[in-house]
Amino acid sequence: MHGSRIPIWFFIGVLLLVYGLMIFGYGVYEWQTANYPPLVQLTNLHTPVWWGGVLALLGLLYVVKFRPTRAHK
Amino acid sequence: MFGLLSASPAASLGALPALVALSTQPLAHLRLLDIAVIAIYFVMVIWIGFYLKGMSNTSEEFFMAGREMTAWIAGLSFVSANLGSLELMGWAGSAYQYGILATHWYWIGAIPAMLFLGLVMMPFYYVSKTHSVPGYLDLRYGGPARTVAAFSFAIEMILMSGVNMFAMAVVMKVVLGWDISFSILVSSVAVALYVGLGGLRSAIFNEVLQFVLIWGGALLVPILGLIQAGGVAGLKTKIISNMHSDSYFHLWRDTGHFSANPMGVHWTGIVFGLGFVISFGYWTTDFLVVQRVLAAHNLRAARMAPIIGSFFKMAVPFIVILPGLLGLVLLQNPDGSRRQLVGEDVVAACNGSSENGSVVNSSACSAAMANTTLPAAYQQKVLSGASGAELHSYNQALPLMMVRYLGPGLLGLGITALIAGFMSGMAGNVSAFSTVWTYDIYKPLINKKGTDSHYVLVGRLSILIGVAVSIGAAYLVMHAHGIMDYVQALFSIFIAPLLAVILFGMFWKRATGLAGFLSLLIGIVFSASLFMWVKLVPSALANVALSPDAKPMAENVFRALWAFILSAIVVVVVSLLTKPRPVAELDGLVYGATKLPREEPVPFYKNEVAWAVVVVVIFAALNIIFW
Repeated sequence: MHGSRIPIWFFIGVLLLVYGLMIFGYGVYEWQTANYPPLVQLTNLHTPVWWGGVLALLGLLYVVKFRPTRAHK
Repeated sequence: MFGLLSASPAASLGALPALVALSTQPLAHLRLLDIAVIAIYFVMVIWIGFYLKGMSNTSEEFFMAGREMTAWIAGLSFVSANLGSLELMGWAGSAYQYGILATHWYWIGAIPAMLFLGLVMMPFYYVSKTHSVPGYLDLRYGGPARTVAAFSFAIEMILMSGVNMFAMAVVMKVVLGWDISFSILVSSVAVALYVGLGGLRSAIFNEVLQFVLIWGGALLVPILGLIQAGGVAGLKTKIISNMHSDSYFHLWRDTGHFSANPMGVHWTGIVFGLGFVISFGYWTTDFLVVQRVLAAHNLRAARMAPIIGSFFKMAVPFIVILPGLLGLVLLQNPDGSRRQLVGEDVVAACNGSSENGSVVNSSACSAAMANTTLPAAYQQKVLSGASGAELHSYNQALPLMMVRYLGPGLLGLGITALIAGFMSGMAGNVSAFSTVWTYDIYKPLINKKGTDSHYVLVGRLSILIGVAVSIGAAYLVMHAHGIMDYVQALFSIFIAPLLAVILFGMFWKRATGLAGFLSLLIGIVFSASLFMWVKLVPSALANVALSPDAKPMAENVFRALWAFILSAIVVVVVSLLTKPRPVAELDGLVYGATKLPREEPVPFYKNEVAWAVVVVVIFAALNIIFW
């Protein structure tokens, strides 16, 4: 964004990256231990793994593309 | 705000205060990972507030975000300010009740108005360099019209903020078991901090962040729901099998008569009341959303922002309406039977259990359940307090679907999406309140000669005061249940006369200052009178909506329509009887008297008209596909 050193997209990237890594990490743990939450449906799809991965990749893309050193004035 | 609090079929929040004393188990239990996800969100929004504080020193920076926003940021913020969690949950509940008829509030109830704002109205707002919608009225009609609009806006925004805050706290109690005061305190302190520090820029930054979070947290529900339902075909088959009707999949087919569709609306009300008066009133004159676009860095960005927003608005039913429809066939009771949701009033009537587990007020509960489609056997289970026989309201359709599919971490993200939506709406209200208070009330009526830094200080203080008054309003609603309906009605009472006054002011050179003032005043009084008439004499609904079959849903749209027509008549008649302003004074304010700045030619893919055509084609196709 004009006039600021850090664009909003960078903040979004950081948040998505952190969330993605947390959820992906938990998903891997859940898959490895087969310790699934009892009332949650479709655990066989391992949603935290792929959704966490998608969030992390998207976040990484935004962090790199909009990192402060490259941000426009 | 627009949907749930003004014209939504799920607008029956009046029973919400009764849920404060709810004693049943919360829907979800958060784990440490979920708490961490929520906590990180709060840290992030406050960090943004502190970071932007240094860039919000002048009034232009604090109130208008320096007018530096790109079209994308202004467009996403424009949509996000309207995408509160009450909106998400309310419309998911409406879809559960009425099927895709609820989608009208996202498509015909938004898209034409957003395009009109971008292509036709934005140049006048932008070229006049006004800071607010009341500010435009001041330039066009003079001080009296501005003052009526400013006070109406300020009162409406601050009370709405309080209602939103309270409703959020109730939802957090029902879904998570959180204490009401804790939710109110945490959310209001966070909003006061980040908006008070960074002004509109901070509110807009966070709205864009919240928009991404809402999609990231809510998108999984329809994806996983569709997988489990067997795709769209499977969903259709199951709904027809369960509900014995295919009306749930038609937007227009069954709107030829009030009694032919579950919502009790007629297509004329949808097209003229919702599609024109309410929708245009909200999307083109409500300062809460217009302020976001005014912050754009040039006229082309200001025109493009609502068009970008309209693409996302058309997509929102995927994360709101679809989960409601999926809830119809996928939600289950613990015994495996289909879970049927009910109104907030039924849940409230059956709340509380005696020592033996049965419902305390069984006669009230029984009477309330008699008006539902709950099976008799299940009603008996509820009355006797049988294990697992719980009642959940329509508004809980989305949280119930989240709990069904989202495990640790993902559930935290979903809850964060709801909290983000609440805070986005609240921040929108207080930032708009701050601008209207400072520019349209304090500056012209209290202190005309303050310095720029003085007005910034007033703006920051008004945010703190606005949040404090909102908290007071939240507790007022909690203790005086009936007030909620009146506060919700404020928006729909005010917006129709305002639309008439602005449209005539912008497109008719002959409209005069006295006409604008009287039209606004008479329109508001008339609209409020209609509301009170139906409130005191419920049978009057048949007169307002022109049909004995009309349901409360129809009242909002027809009341708005009549108020608009009366205001339009007043503005025309009074204008013709009074002396108009010289045309030379209307430059930058009125169509035909304004020389708009020439925009540099751009390739078609950067041209707002080209993208508006794409929106129109998609909009038409969607309406035909779901006819």
